[in-house]
Amino acid sequence: METLRTLPGDDVRQIMWRYADRFDIQMAVQSARSIARSVVARLVADGARNTHEWTARKAELLKAFDESGLTAIYMDPAEGGFIEGPKNLALALVAMELAWVDGGAATSALASCLGLAPIHEKGTAEQRAHYLPLCTPPQPGEERTCRRAAFALTEPLPYVGVDTGILGGKMRVERWDEGAEPLLKIEKRGRFITNMDFADIVTAAVESDDPRIKGSCMVILEKDDPGTFDRGAPTLKMVHQLSSTRDPVMSLTVPASRIIGGYDVVDGVIVPRFGHGEIIASVFHRTRIPVGLMTSAKLLSAIEPVIRYHRQRFRGGAVGEPGSRRHELGLQMNEDALQRLVDVWATGEAGCSLGLAAARLADRFDPVEREKDRLFAEQGIKGRKQLAALKDSQERALEYVRLKHADGQGDPARLAELEADTLVRFVYMDALAGVLNPATKLWNTGVGATVMREAVSLVGGYGITEDCPGFLCHKWMDSQLEATYEGPEAVQRRHLSLTMTNPVFLEALRQWSAGLRRSGAEGATALAGALDMWLWTLDFLQKGADSEGRKLYHGKRQGVSFPLADALGWLLAARFLFEDVVELAAQAPGSPVLAEAAPGLAAFYADLACVQAARAAGEAARICAELVYGYGCADVAGGACDDAFASLRQGVDKALSGARLAKDRAAEALTGVMIPEALDYPL
Amino acid sequence: MSYHIVVCGSIVPDPLQTLEPVAGPGGPALKNEMMLPAVLDPWAAHALYEAANLAKAAPGSRVWLVSVGPKAKLQQVMMHVAQKVPFELVVMDGPAGGFVEAADTAAALAQAVEGIAGLEKDRLLLFGGWSSASRGTGATMQILGELLGVTEQFQGVDELRPADDGSFEVKERIEGGGYLRSRCAGAPAVLGWATGNLPEPPNNPQVGMQNMRLIMPALQKARPAAVGAAGVAYKAVELPGARRQTRIVKDAPVDDIAREIVEWIKG
Repeated sequence: METLRTLPGDDVRQIMWRYADRFDIQMAVQSARSIARSVVARLVADGARNTHEWTARKAELLKAFDESGLTAIYMDPAEGGFIEGPKNLALALVAMELAWVDGGAATSALASCLGLAPIHEKGTAEQRAHYLPLCTPPQPGEERTCRRAAFALTEPLPYVGVDTGILGGKMRVERWDEGAEPLLKIEKRGRFITNMDFADIVTAAVESDDPRIKGSCMVILEKDDPGTFDRGAPTLKMVHQLSSTRDPVMSLTVPASRIIGGYDVVDGVIVPRFGHGEIIASVFHRTRIPVGLMTSAKLLSAIEPVIRYHRQRFRGGAVGEPGSRRHELGLQMNEDALQRLVDVWATGEAGCSLGLAAARLADRFDPVEREKDRLFAEQGIKGRKQLAALKDSQERALEYVRLKHADGQGDPARLAELEADTLVRFVYMDALAGVLNPATKLWNTGVGATVMREAVSLVGGYGITEDCPGFLCHKWMDSQLEATYEGPEAVQRRHLSLTMTNPVFLEALRQWSAGLRRSGAEGATALAGALDMWLWTLDFLQKGADSEGRKLYHGKRQGVSFPLADALGWLLAARFLFEDVVELAAQAPGSPVLAEAAPGLAAFYADLACVQAARAAGEAARICAELVYGYGCADVAGGACDDAFASLRQGVDKALSGARLAKDRAAEALTGVMIPEALDYPL
Repeated sequence: MSYHIVVCGSIVPDPLQTLEPVAGPGGPALKNEMMLPAVLDPWAAHALYEAANLAKAAPGSRVWLVSVGPKAKLQQVMMHVAQKVPFELVVMDGPAGGFVEAADTAAALAQAVEGIAGLEKDRLLLFGGWSSASRGTGATMQILGELLGVTEQFQGVDELRPADDGSFEVKERIEGGGYLRSRCAGAPAVLGWATGNLPEPPNNPQVGMQNMRLIMPALQKARPAAVGAAGVAYKAVELPGARRQTRIVKDAPVDDIAREIVEWIKG
């Protein structure tokens, strides 16, 4: 039977992750890869991670990023970049390539983009035109240095009685002469601020401490502004040591024109056009995706070194001549070693499928969001009126979702009409992004960290040494930070508990379930059943109360909503892996490079998707059962609800038929797959 | 003096990959060769970087990379190579493995070079690798030169120094680790490069984007190349045997290690 011949290369990835026709992105991937597997890998191999300080050797990273175009990747061509249009997918893939070797290096690359993101997303035209080109490396003939940016939201000092809702920054009017630009005094203390060793520009979140300024905002601070720009002490982090992190203290005077997005003066009060929350929402909406993908990339990066270690484990010993099973397969003679690696692989693939679907959606969403903003501005619709206008579009968005998934059975004219409606598309994409983005950050990093531990354990004691090929132990520890920064898991669960009840998203989920059932793929029915069960459970929890009559699905009741968010992460990742596998099976036969190997590739990936679907369905079923039965709700004490849930769960269980055979096949494929002679980065 | 530099080079499997000869329907091949990641032949890559460097120093020069290879694989490789230096691509679609006859490849290259619009032969420098990582006959560039009537040929080149009068000095590798310095009156000439002196340039996506505007159409326009190994029978194909003689010695002084290696080399 045809099976996997070689480890999947760029041809496979470009199809699965939908950038086969984007050579700008392909070049960015190649650039990032060449740096990851040379400069970055050498730094890690030479022990550059063994200090909290930002050293001259670590600074080689910045030079490499500058020379290879990664520093400017966030910019539009007019600002010195090379990718037109939205760049979420490009940034995600670059982060993956760097994290394939070291997460800190990936963070270092992303942090400059993050520092500029508030200006990019909400800055005035003048701010964009001034700061973005400053932060691109000089072109031939230009005599200037490339400026670096840092993003200073806050992480308040612990044990001093503040929670994360309190900003660690204040602003006051220092001087406001008649007819002149007001001068603001900014006091900002940051914690865990990336890039602080070398940042020239800091975009900082601050709130008003003066009645002449309203609310909060983000401001641009420069290192040469009058006052104190103290980079602070290095953060003593145990992970991601290839990124610079310090706790800065800044007390600076800046003109009010540094308020990101500008301001208006209303009745003698400075009113920033964007509160810090709006800017952060806009920024984090996108930047959390690459972070989630970094952990998934590590899981995939573990496959090759683990296979090589397993195969060569006994070579050179007294027993097992070349040609013998022991010599050729080594630890791969054991089913457990193979099957656990299949789990690692499937989790990595599912995380990538979910995260890159989110990144592609973000690319499509960007222009729609801007068009929506333009329409509202044109019509003078602001604040709550915007929400009302969007609410009015919800019914049409629901119709759009149904028609979009009607498999050619719907009314194409109506679909085209809805497709042309900016607000409908906005409501639809916003509903999806509201779930996919936090789900990527939550599931990929949280579950990824746990599965990365499995990868480390597959290399035995070697796995926790510096000598372990692939730096697996570093990657395992790094994934814990990825689960934490840009909003820890609890923040993502909270986010999901609010967005996953959006009717438009729930309709999409129903349609995805139906699509999976129609596909007839192995494991798809189990996953579809689990999606249906999740939907039923949500509905039940939203309507139901516990044995003491307390509402079950409630903002304060995280014991209900958070596990349900966890279950959703499993299901979404498995669902998007199916989608990518379908794409691969459809496109690979037409590729001159893959055609010969297409049947084996498709079969292997179908098995991997089935393995992940079975695992996801099992996790979701366990969580849903605990929530449905665990609160002693009267409705499930032998009543109709009990029957309905039991029937759904039994359906999921029965649909697992054959899933372990798929795992057997995928495991067997690992014994025959060709791998390179050596890892392409140093140890 | 400006030049028209044509660099001939194609792809080879990434050297880290497992290369396993197998018998294919059309003769010997490498197992899963199409699936293996490929790179620009390292010898040709050196030639390309030298060409770009020379062109930069001689304003008005142009650089073409002429490749005979499977265009789908070439496209992947170009995503990396195109970011290195500016050039225009000319593609002949055909196999590029280690079992293709050098004469066939040279003939296809000659056809492609002859077809380059605007190429001025009196300014032509034909660059390429003096060998290839996939086979290493060292014959392709020599045959190509003969086919094009370019008889000034240099092989194993590590340096080319142009003079103001259009002549240039060439440093070629010769037996025994020595160099031969020659002076050539001027183009046209064939230069089969060894490693040259230049490091691999960093990737520059800006350069890549400029190159890709011409590379993608060139790939789409690629004509089939009639290359192969017709009439050749391979009796056997095998990888060089790996020899491993390992001795573990703790704390050996560096001088002792060096002395032992020298003795081993001297036999």
